[in-house]
Amino acid sequence: MHAESEILFRDSAAKALLDPQLRANFRRAMDGLVAKRRAQFPDPKDLQDLRDLSTAIRSRSLLNLPALLEKLEKSCTKNGIKVHWAETCEQANELILGLLQARGAKHLVKGKSMVSEEMHLNAFLEAHGIEALESDLGEYIIQLDGETPSHIIMPAIHKNKDQIARQFSQKIKDAKYTEDVDELTAMARRVLRQKFLDADAGLSGVNFAVAETGTLCLVENEGNGRMSTHVPPLHIAVMGLEKVVATLEEVAPLYAILTRSATGQAVSTYFNLITGPRGNDEKDGPQEVHLVILDNGRSRIYADPQLRATLRCIRCGACMNHCPVYTRVGGHAYEAVYPGPIGKILTPQIEGVGVRHDLLHGSSLCGACAEVCPVEIPIPDILVRLRREATHEDPSSNVVGKGTGRTASEDRAWRIWAGVLKRPAIYRLATWFATRFGWALPASAPLIKSWTQFRTKPVPARRSLSERMRAEGGRHD
Amino acid sequence: MREVYFYGTCLVDLFFPDAGMAGIQLLRQAGVRVLFPEGQTCCGQPAYNCGYWEEAREVARTQVALFPQDLPVILPSGSCAGMMKVHYPELFHGQPDEAEVRAFSARVYELTQFLVDVLDVRLEDLGEPVKVTWHSSCHAVRDLGLKGEPQSLLGQLSNVELAPLTRESECCGFGGTFAVRHPEISGAMVCDKAADAEATGAAVILSTDGGCLLNVNGALEAKQSPLRVQHIAEFLWERTHAR
Repeated sequence: MHAESEILFRDSAAKALLDPQLRANFRRAMDGLVAKRRAQFPDPKDLQDLRDLSTAIRSRSLLNLPALLEKLEKSCTKNGIKVHWAETCEQANELILGLLQARGAKHLVKGKSMVSEEMHLNAFLEAHGIEALESDLGEYIIQLDGETPSHIIMPAIHKNKDQIARQFSQKIKDAKYTEDVDELTAMARRVLRQKFLDADAGLSGVNFAVAETGTLCLVENEGNGRMSTHVPPLHIAVMGLEKVVATLEEVAPLYAILTRSATGQAVSTYFNLITGPRGNDEKDGPQEVHLVILDNGRSRIYADPQLRATLRCIRCGACMNHCPVYTRVGGHAYEAVYPGPIGKILTPQIEGVGVRHDLLHGSSLCGACAEVCPVEIPIPDILVRLRREATHEDPSSNVVGKGTGRTASEDRAWRIWAGVLKRPAIYRLATWFATRFGWALPASAPLIKSWTQFRTKPVPARRSLSERMRAEGGRHD
Repeated sequence: MREVYFYGTCLVDLFFPDAGMAGIQLLRQAGVRVLFPEGQTCCGQPAYNCGYWEEAREVARTQVALFPQDLPVILPSGSCAGMMKVHYPELFHGQPDEAEVRAFSARVYELTQFLVDVLDVRLEDLGEPVKVTWHSSCHAVRDLGLKGEPQSLLGQLSNVELAPLTRESECCGFGGTFAVRHPEISGAMVCDKAADAEATGAAVILSTDGGCLLNVNGALEAKQSPLRVQHIAEFLWERTHAR
């Protein structure tokens, strides 16, 4: 039995595993990213120093979150950036729609923004007659097919060159079929260039928002972020409320560890520091700049001292690149905006631990994610905590859906488990039976069946270690 | 004479008793007197990982009580040692017996850790030349913090050639209940691990952990591979004691 409307990661993962092309695409891409990151951190001590510093900055920012957000609003306002607050995705969507309608905007170009994915902004705007065009190459590729990102940094990483070549030749007007990467890129560039010029509004995400100076930092590689935020007359930036840091000085180490962890780059091709609309004496830049700050469950996560670490995330994607589960099933199998290890702890905290109970268990707790996380988020520990929340209704916890993953059968199984293992005499009897008759259990028995799909049946030894130690002389040594 | 406790762990107790015996022999060979208290069952990790902490505590309490003297507690498993050393303090946080459990946790060692870091053993290889490969248990390295102790022991054996896996530190897919809750993903992981091990051309794949060994062995047997698995304790004992 599962919680009502529980989303089963097992089913979608099993389906993904049957697609050899998908598995090969992910494995190849992730291997490349892992190698590039490794090359950026030749000295383990330097890496650890930078992680310690980055973790301290992010922890400190979260500790002072309310004060920093107030300061950010003041500084932004001073710079001419209008700040809006949205508690829910619906509110954020309505806010953005209002800003666009006030200017009569019909064509929005978007730089990459995972928060806008979280809001399902594109579908919302299209339902209101506004075109929302993704201008990040990867985002553009998946938008052509009506897909969602399969990776937070490389949204189209599930596709290979041949698949994109076929797609472009079918979906882009007057496009000829080519597998040449430069030609494919030029094709997308041609389409997007005109869209930037025609757009009446641009939208972007925010990597870091600086409270002291009111600066919005945007990391990107294609120049589409700069085009989206500088060419159209209206720029709307969206960010989760955790993205704030105190000073510009604190951005430097975070930026250094972000690009190295994400794509193995020492610096990104573009790093935009946005400080407001076009000045009176300036010839370019938007006339209006707005910042929409989204909560969507973050302030609840913030309120829990352990779970707060989830909000340290700087969205580098290193956890997914190194995850043995993600590299095999890919991002879509998670059926969530944020896939991979960070998604595994973030999604249940936003949607509910009961409906995402199966996802919480879709990890061997190997710890590869925490090992590479630039801000040392203890993902396995948080997974275990959330598994506990899913099956136990702790009155002091504010976790969404707490206790709703509980089933009578699992409760009973663990009670029996504890009942046997806390009574050595019963355990001794159980192991005696297992060693004598364990071989006789059919491979089709429940639990064993899951195991024997890929392996032979485990057969207990003829005599347990305890039994042999007793036989050695009945002594304790 | 130095004395230690030995904690067998449930997987070694039931599936790899030879590894447990070998671990005890290695300690004795190094001049250590080994106490093996009766009543050992399980460290409680499966329930802990699944969020059933009350049940995990009930079992853990009975186990901690078996080791009252201030002696090191040696485990032939990095995962169970990680549970007892690293996670018990968290499991018992705020409990009346927290201090007692913390004192116990501080005494816990994984076998190769104790052999290298504390005893600084010297091994003499008496075996025939053999090529082996090594699988790092995730919990031994990332939870407990092993720093190459098993490899340094293998490095002392003059007739043993260590052929590395392509993805040595990647999880084998065991993960306790993960293997039965998510059998397809776990299966994909262990099949890759088995293929990686076979490609090394080694005769045997070694590890510190019964969970990984049980898992990889099942996958190798299923494809009728000549490659076999062995616990490092058993391998070291086989090669270093005079028969």
